[in-house]
Amino acid sequence: MKANCWCGIGEVQVMDVPDPQILNPRDCIVKISSTAICGSDLHLYDGYVPTMQAGDVLGHEFMGEVVETGRGVNNLKVGDRVVVPFPIACGNCYFCDKQMFSLCENSNPNAAIAEKMWGHSPCGIFGYSHMTGGYAGGQAEYARVPFADVGPIKIEDGLSDEQVLFLSDIFPTGYMAAEQCNIQPGDTVAVWGCGPVGQFTIKSAWLLGAGRVIAIDDVPERLQMASEEGGAEVINRNEVDVLEVLKEMTAGRGPDATIDAVGMEANAHGLLGAYDRIKQAMRLETDRPAAFRECIMACRNGGTVSVPGVYGGFVDKIPLGSIMNRSLTIKTGQTHVHRYLRPLLERIKKGEIDPSFVITHTMPLTDAAEGYKMFRDHDDECIKIVLKPGQ
Amino acid sequence: MKQQDLARALGWFSIGLGVAELLAPRKLEKAIGVRKRHTGLTRSYGLRELTAGIGLLTAEEKNLSPWMWSRVAGDVLDLASLGSGFSSDRNNKSKLTFATAAVLGVTVADVLCSMKLAEDEASSTRSVRHSVSIRKSPEELYQFWRNFENLPKFMYHLHSVKVTGGNRSHWIAKGPAKMKVEWEAEIVDDQPNHLISWQSLPGADVDNWGTIKFEPAQHTKETIVEVELGYAPPAGAMGALMAKLFGEAPEQTVKDDLRRFKQLMETGEIPTIQGQPAGRATSTTKYENYVRDLVSA
Ligand SMILES: NC(=O)c1ccc[n+]([C@@H]2O[C@H](COP(=O)([O-])OP(=O)(O)OC[C@H]3O[C@@H](n4cnc5c(N)ncnc54)[C@H](O)[C@@H]3O)[C@@H](O)[C@H]2O)c1
Ligand SMILES: [Zn+2]
Ligand SMILES: [Zn+2]
Repeated sequence: MKANCWCGIGEVQVMDVPDPQILNPRDCIVKISSTAICGSDLHLYDGYVPTMQAGDVLGHEFMGEVVETGRGVNNLKVGDRVVVPFPIACGNCYFCDKQMFSLCENSNPNAAIAEKMWGHSPCGIFGYSHMTGGYAGGQAEYARVPFADVGPIKIEDGLSDEQVLFLSDIFPTGYMAAEQCNIQPGDTVAVWGCGPVGQFTIKSAWLLGAGRVIAIDDVPERLQMASEEGGAEVINRNEVDVLEVLKEMTAGRGPDATIDAVGMEANAHGLLGAYDRIKQAMRLETDRPAAFRECIMACRNGGTVSVPGVYGGFVDKIPLGSIMNRSLTIKTGQTHVHRYLRPLLERIKKGEIDPSFVITHTMPLTDAAEGYKMFRDHDDECIKIVLKPGQ
Repeated sequence: MKQQDLARALGWFSIGLGVAELLAPRKLEKAIGVRKRHTGLTRSYGLRELTAGIGLLTAEEKNLSPWMWSRVAGDVLDLASLGSGFSSDRNNKSKLTFATAAVLGVTVADVLCSMKLAEDEASSTRSVRHSVSIRKSPEELYQFWRNFENLPKFMYHLHSVKVTGGNRSHWIAKGPAKMKVEWEAEIVDDQPNHLISWQSLPGADVDNWGTIKFEPAQHTKETIVEVELGYAPPAGAMGALMAKLFGEAPEQTVKDDLRRFKQLMETGEIPTIQGQPAGRATSTTKYENYVRDLVSA
């Protein structure tokens, strides 16, 4: 089959690889109809996530048709149309029982590596480095889905791929990011990053009762989408001092919740920005936490900082004093996608949201290399790319 | 004196010498008869001594031998440097001869101590303890473990276990260097749904024993499983090899075994990526080795 493989920093290539096989009783094989490129893939592409190996199949946002099931899978049958959540979860362990699926104790075959790096291991993830399992991903014609009796959600006809594909990651991720803020009616929520995750975070903040949503980025078309599609007030961080403007907008108090939907490759102006770039380049710091720092400084006393943005390792100059002295709460995590599949599918069916608004480009899987570059560089006003393996 | 105590004493000696070399390199050089200045070199030797000294004083008792070998390597370097000192007419030959004799004496002590330590470390009894929480009842877990033939399913260093009748079983483990290590074992304590203890019988390639306990967790629907495995490799070169029965890092091996036991019991399978597609010659990855290297580091 054809699959998009990581070949080194800044290099992906669609290659011919063997078709996936059922390896465990609870596996199924999905023939992929649509798959997307995510901001998380960019962290791999740019080489900031350790334990990638040349030839790894990428992709964790995918859907398609079940073509084979292992003998342990009784709830799915060949021909079912499914969306697959990006975290792999067993459904049996302590954390799955608590609905914290991205912390599943039984799905990461390389848990020992993660334990060295992070103390304990999270779940396995499709196409997301060997530290989180080394599972072949879904930017391919077929994918093997472990614990298929727990993860995939069946989709009836009548909904297009484009409407449901993002249940695999970014819609639940934006939703959980907002949910973590414990929004009270009328609260002001500020979102850093107007990429696809930021866009869904904005929509979700409204769904959860925010009174005001403010979005921050410096890419004009993304700010425009946040404003026109998301109904957010926007701040172009290139033109003004974000912290000053947020203070002005909130009568000096600061937003009730701030959300870092940027992650480890945040851009920053000035000295601290240069500091992060140099330290990251020298491997003295793995991540550039500029947006996270701003989220902390901006948040009102006693407020919540929610972090859907992905970080990999170690960061410097985190204003812990600000967090401590001002009673801030930090909430973060890989999204517990399974928890949100059914409720969010309901919202889509009811017409409360149509997730396809975020798609700016659709291309054949074979153009993946071009797609990655375009998405990273924001060429052609690119915001979200869907790849079609069949074409 | 115990070898371990001797090693610690040599560690203090390293610290003393190291401090002298670092702080008063010139005085030291004069004392051993070197006329020309080599303060940079002498200071770097001082740093080396300090490192070895700190290593010897802080390492666990069972991990002293690598630090002792590092002292031996240092001795060889010292001797070579002193030897080259004889070729310069300006140096004081009688002082140099005295210094060389002293270093030779220390070298002999270092080598003997290192060899003895390495032997002790290889043949000493080891035991590893680890525990894990599993969402199954003590009954289910006990049942599965009680049939020792199930163990190779998740203990990857075991080749096979055959129950030979009653409380007896025959075990074949994958030893180092593709050797097979075999023994008969007997259950010596069996408390249904609570505890199993077993022990190898006389004539085993490697004497070993194990105990597993199943305790219901207080506040979750889990069982706390605690395993202790011990073994005493025979002395000698063979013993040194056998000491690796549980791999380079026994703690990690047992941890991984228990993790797989949990996975198998909770989910009915062990997660894997072996045999999945990849855009490279082999579908398996260097990270299987990577995990091994990492955990044995
Ligand atoms: N927690 C999860 O489970 C989860 C799931 C999916 C994605 N993510 C993460 O969410 C983050 C965003 O994903 P995405 O797909 O939207 O990526 P993206 O790269 O498309 O979007 C990031 C946006 O942040 C903007 N930005 C950069 N520096 C900024 C700064 N200092 N202040 C404000 N904006 C800044 C960029 O211009 C860009 O528009 C990534 O880190 C991704 O890995 C997390
Ligand atoms: Zn994603
Ligand atoms: Zn689980």
